[in-house]
Amino acid sequence: MRYSMIRLTDVKKTYSNGTEALQGISFTIEDGEFVFLVGPSGSGKSTIIKLLTGEVEPTEGRVMINGFSMSRISNRQIPYMRRTIGVIFQDFRLIPKKTVYDNLSLAMHAVGASAKEIQSRIPYVLDLVGLAGKEQRYPDELSGGEQQRVAIARALVNNPSTIVADEPTGNLDPSRSLEIMMLLERINALGTTVVVVTHERGLVNHFDKRVIMIADGVVAGDGMGTYEVRE
Amino acid sequence: MKHNFSYFFKEGVRNMFSHGFMSFAAVGVTVACLLIMGTFSLVAFDLNENLKDLQRENAVLAFVDENLTDAEARGLQPKLEGLPGVADCTFVSRDEARDNYVEKYDENDLYEDLEAEIFRHRYVIHMTDLTVMDDLRADLEQVEGIVKVRADEAISNGFITMRNIAGVISVALIAVLLIVSIFIMSNTIKLTTFDRRDEIAIMKMVGATDSFIQWPFVYEGLLLGITGAVVAFGLQWLLYTGMVKGVMSSDTLQLLSMVPFADIWLPVALVFLAVGILVGVGGSLTAIRKFLRV
Repeated sequence: MRYSMIRLTDVKKTYSNGTEALQGISFTIEDGEFVFLVGPSGSGKSTIIKLLTGEVEPTEGRVMINGFSMSRISNRQIPYMRRTIGVIFQDFRLIPKKTVYDNLSLAMHAVGASAKEIQSRIPYVLDLVGLAGKEQRYPDELSGGEQQRVAIARALVNNPSTIVADEPTGNLDPSRSLEIMMLLERINALGTTVVVVTHERGLVNHFDKRVIMIADGVVAGDGMGTYEVRE
Repeated sequence: MKHNFSYFFKEGVRNMFSHGFMSFAAVGVTVACLLIMGTFSLVAFDLNENLKDLQRENAVLAFVDENLTDAEARGLQPKLEGLPGVADCTFVSRDEARDNYVEKYDENDLYEDLEAEIFRHRYVIHMTDLTVMDDLRADLEQVEGIVKVRADEAISNGFITMRNIAGVISVALIAVLLIVSIFIMSNTIKLTTFDRRDEIAIMKMVGATDSFIQWPFVYEGLLLGITGAVVAFGLQWLLYTGMVKGVMSSDTLQLLSMVPFADIWLPVALVFLAVGILVGVGGSLTAIRKFLRV
């Protein structure tokens, strides 16, 4: 059984150059939740994403991700923690010299999936994100919205318990952005926890979801509602 | 975790071709460095062989007491051959000595009637190494029946000094070339890896272990190194054979002897392959280590 929960307790993060990115953040995201993480630039959102993906360690406090304690995790365990999280970036981060199929199969090979598992899982995930039939396309042959769908498919392909999306619609026009957000909502409805970091208040207001507002490295608001209410 | 080595190998081959220009640069630099190092090493090897030949021609002459009979003079050979440092020992009778002298100096038939009796029987002695010349001279002078020894220590010392200097210079230059080559080659391979740092970061982000990321790079480095070594070996063969032909057809240089490539191809191939693999795999591994810290 998947154990899905993100819990930050009094987390502080000070970088080596002295920047205090987080000054005592606490929140919990339960299994199956859909959460928007919002806030102005420099508020500490990116640092939270880096904590969730194991790129940085907290200076103080506790970070628990899907059963892994990030303050005690060894370097050897980090890949296994990352397999519980699918990450989606604003710039898609697809490998341009690999086809859609190969971008996805790389993620499955990385976790030791068999050829049979890969062959059956990829068509299912591509169908889920609306890209059936585009397996052999290269990323630069796809539109921005399609590339982000490939990135979502890659994040989903290993069946993670949590999806973390860092500004997933930042490079897309409003209608494509809405489509991507609706796709993430559908993925959430299938049981996956979804955390979306975004600046786009229009999108946040369109969905009636939990919003965690970050400002100056602390939680400035947390509750169901809209961006404006939290701000 | 299941490690599918055929997948890693296929990925390594695919990466090598999909990053064509960087692969070409890495192979090109490997070939250039191996060729420079190989050519210099082979020339140094040939010069050393020529110096050894010259050294072999340097002999000690031991003159036999003229009061001994021919049989007594010839009977000294086993005793002389048993002395330390003697490689070979040839008896030259007074008649042969006269004939050699006449052949060498009698341009105007002045020595046509030269008596053989004015020459002594002698032994031409080659040494295992020129450094034993002083000791051998002393030993020969102690042999009963040997009245005079002629050994040109100045020339032999000159050869010894020349070989020593050439040896030190060759080893030092080959070592410097090897280090510079390894540095250049591994840096070129590092550049190919640097070009793919985003790819590595993506693999880390999807939960790939370090070994999963490293293996395709190891295979790629191995293939680049082997390809560079094979191409360099082929070109070295052509270049060296061309050099041998050039030396043989030259009026002045043909005095030099050059070892045919067929006699030395195996050590050359092994060294090229070892350096290629060492640099390819080592360069990949050291370069990738930096990008794995994500």
